[in-house]
Amino acid sequence: MSAPNAGAHTAHAEAGHDHHPAEGHAHGSLRGYLIGFALSVFLTAVPFWLVMGEVLESKQLTAFVIMAFAMVQIVVHIVFFLHMTSSAEEGWSMMALIFTLIIIVIAMAGSLWVMHHLNTNTMPFHDMRQML
Amino acid sequence: MTTLARDANTGDEAPVFYVKDEHAHPEGSSTMLGFWIYLMSDCLIFAVLFAIYGVLGGSYAAGPAPKDLFDLGLVAVNTAMLLLSSLTFGFAMLEMMKSNVRGTLFWLVVTAVFGLAFLGIELYEFAHLIHIGATPQRSAFLSAFFTLVGTHGLHVTFGIVWLATLWVQMRRHGLIEANRRRLMCLSMFWHFLDVIWIGVFTFVYLMGVLR
Repeated sequence: MSAPNAGAHTAHAEAGHDHHPAEGHAHGSLRGYLIGFALSVFLTAVPFWLVMGEVLESKQLTAFVIMAFAMVQIVVHIVFFLHMTSSAEEGWSMMALIFTLIIIVIAMAGSLWVMHHLNTNTMPFHDMRQML
Repeated sequence: MTTLARDANTGDEAPVFYVKDEHAHPEGSSTMLGFWIYLMSDCLIFAVLFAIYGVLGGSYAAGPAPKDLFDLGLVAVNTAMLLLSSLTFGFAMLEMMKSNVRGTLFWLVVTAVFGLAFLGIELYEFAHLIHIGATPQRSAFLSAFFTLVGTHGLHVTFGIVWLATLWVQMRRHGLIEANRRRLMCLSMFWHFLDVIWIGVFTFVYLMGVLR
């Protein structure tokens, strides 16, 4: 996580701009934004291509791959655009992020799990395929 | 810096466990963390809306399914608009770091144009859906879809309002400390909306068409 930021930092120092010591968070550099943008374009284009071109035979595999791409792209945005590091705001930003992620996982997985079972166990079967 | 006042000498006096000398905080020193926590709470709103969509996304009530409704080409253009606006906002931040007011204002205008293009395309899509009868009232899937995507669009709308306000502020007062702070908050807000959009185009549009 800190590698691109470290690179941004050295590029910043080489460029000779004065660094504001009062502001204890990273701002990124032109290079950082362009790398993030290039990665995002790639990580966006491939899922669209996979779905629109119906490249893979298996729909499940396609779904799995585009979800993986989305996860990676979210991390890319958080690192390159939001400049999130484990040391930002003395680590409190990271703590808030981790806490939020835990809540999100509980809320999402819990809702889907409970409602899936509710649907399969209590609904009358309009669609017989659900029984398989 | 923080000293706990504790009177250990006298046994009859209860010890005091709080900071006695409250040190000064410079104005705005905690704004970024506070705004980050706001974004995290906003994240929870979207998480709940995604969960609702995940639960109801397959309930078509014999109505249209995502495959019949979504035009992925349009969504790809929309995604490009938001991604480009994120990049141009980055350029605005770089100009701000160089204390270049004109450059910052210019890139903010470019960002707003991309943001408005995104909103225009989204509103066109919504209008088209409503026109062909795929209204929020049609099925649980469409209710969840309009709520989730509409909430994101509303965030972008307010982001543009904020951007316009800040633009006027910066023209008047330049890159003063308060404006820099506001711009950093808006930058986080804007990039955050792009992160949410990754979830929207993956889970709603791409996965919807796959189903």
